[in-house]
Amino acid sequence: MDVWSSLLDGFSTALTPMNMLYALVGVLLGTAVGVLPGLGPAMTVALLLPVTFALEPASAFIMFAGIYYGGMYGGSTTSILLNTPGESSSVVTAIEGHKMAKAGRAAQALATAAIGSFIAGTIGTLLLVVCAPVVVKFAISLGNPSYLAIMVLSLLAVTAVLGKSRLRGFCALGLGLAVGLVGSDPVTGQQRLTFGMPLLVDGIDIVVVAVAIFAVGEALWVAAHLRRTAAHVIPVGQPWMGKQDWKRSWKPWLRGTAYGFPFGALPAGGAEIPTFLSYVTEKRLSKHPEEFGHGAIEGVAGPEAANNASAAGTLVPMLSLGLPTNATAAVMLAAFTQYGIQPGPLLFDREPKLVWALIASLFIGNVLLLVINLPLAPAWAKLLQIPRPYLYAGIVFFATLGAYSVNLQAFDLAILLVLGLLGFLMRRFGLPVLPLVLGVILGPRLEQQLRTSLQLSQGNISGLFSEPLAIAVYVIVALVLAWPLARRLRPGTSRCTIDTQQDAGPDVDAGDRGKVSSS
Amino acid sequence: MNVVVGYVPTPEGESALHHALEEARGRKARLLVVNTSRGDALVDERFADEGQMGLLRDRLTASGVDHEIIHGIHGRDASEEILSVARDRRADLIVVGLRRRSPVGKLILGSTGQRVLLEADCPVLAVKS
Repeated sequence: MDVWSSLLDGFSTALTPMNMLYALVGVLLGTAVGVLPGLGPAMTVALLLPVTFALEPASAFIMFAGIYYGGMYGGSTTSILLNTPGESSSVVTAIEGHKMAKAGRAAQALATAAIGSFIAGTIGTLLLVVCAPVVVKFAISLGNPSYLAIMVLSLLAVTAVLGKSRLRGFCALGLGLAVGLVGSDPVTGQQRLTFGMPLLVDGIDIVVVAVAIFAVGEALWVAAHLRRTAAHVIPVGQPWMGKQDWKRSWKPWLRGTAYGFPFGALPAGGAEIPTFLSYVTEKRLSKHPEEFGHGAIEGVAGPEAANNASAAGTLVPMLSLGLPTNATAAVMLAAFTQYGIQPGPLLFDREPKLVWALIASLFIGNVLLLVINLPLAPAWAKLLQIPRPYLYAGIVFFATLGAYSVNLQAFDLAILLVLGLLGFLMRRFGLPVLPLVLGVILGPRLEQQLRTSLQLSQGNISGLFSEPLAIAVYVIVALVLAWPLARRLRPGTSRCTIDTQQDAGPDVDAGDRGKVSSS
Repeated sequence: MNVVVGYVPTPEGESALHHALEEARGRKARLLVVNTSRGDALVDERFADEGQMGLLRDRLTASGVDHEIIHGIHGRDASEEILSVARDRRADLIVVGLRRRSPVGKLILGSTGQRVLLEADCPVLAVKS
């Protein structure tokens, strides 16, 4: 079927009054959690998962899409007005954005962030519409060994590329894969890591894991590290832009989009690298280089656009391959499984209505976000006045309710606490949480591909290398793993990368939400 | 003699300060200006920043009243902070600003002024903006 007519079908699903309402709820919630440092769209979607079981899958995903995009918008508001990035992807925005706000140009900074996000989000979503079916066509021809190889690459890349320490990243990934192993073996039915507890035979529910790591872990971390501060938000009126601001913003918007989308669509993903690259590019190309460091509008426009375009790009591997590369996409993938929908290349064929409604709602969400963010940015900043004890008490309440309601098992609450403690310790020792969540979600799917490949080759290990693409991907995997070694042999290059990382301003670990809130 | 005033950089706070200055001058007392925050929200507009503190200091110096500023975050409620300063320094008067608040708002958020009124050991002057 033609892509555009499918998209129109999607719009007809997404534009029903009920679904519009869910989209509105989603974008409002998403913006709220984006504004609040430490909370993020991933945690919100995880908390809402149990609540949305009663909904139509399409409605639930329309709401999740709103939260996903909303989080990106909200993060920039806090970055600009408070110099505390709400999201790790808006760290770069804070550099110039806060300087602009201090110089009395908060309104223009907020406007260029919102409009840039809108333009990048819309172009990114259009590119998603064009790219995803192409990737699906390619992916359907993949056999299990190639698919396995791509999943391995994606896990390794996310772990090795994002975050500061590879070792910590791989520790987190190992923990996640271990948690994903709990339960019975899908082929032989043998019990693994159940410690003789019958309640563990079905495995640990992904909702419980996500809620424990994102919500309980974060709440414990904040409780232990509640730094008593009282900052002031820079007062701002209605965001607006003058002619000169438009002239200086539109090119960075487009360049940011060009950076963000491909990086998001790669299996390594992440918004940190493209936002930073966009910042560096704008600094180099700007006609006002002297303004950088003192509030240059290009330094807000470019990274914000890159941030939103990469959010759209992330959905390409998520929808077409079933490969999430950021936390929110990972939790959304878990949501597919909860609804009994098999993510992967066949998703577009089996659930066209759902997928296209989701994509259509991204366009709608983007428009809604622009409409509610331009006039309401100062109101959103008021959310920062909520005392954190109230906020986190509410989060722990919903986390407990959600974890219990999945299986109505008190045992799940014990798991919630144990994993929540794990989440706290990970934040304490600087382990990124994203690899863990990806490991838990992708681990079982990875295993399934591995077992099927091995069954097809009757247990012969060469079956894993039976496809040319698989071999090519493993070569890339080897390169990714060997890269740090190669860099050590050439010290000049390694120093250069470290310097650029430090340039990125506020010290925030890519996957580590806890640090964002405390810095 | 000591007069304690709870100061916030808002109209209520300014009028409380205004009356407290009058009282302190009339009584020839030392004026203790308390500005604090519990510090558990990321943003607290009622906690004076550097600029606002500068203005406050200038204003107090210009008034010629003997004064002292107690400014900081100790993790306590503003009312607790005011009451403890009043108790430690044997204040003769506490001045607080009140703002209009709906019954529901009061139910949820409580009121610094109300707590000071109920728990203070000395007379309290409540000023509306």
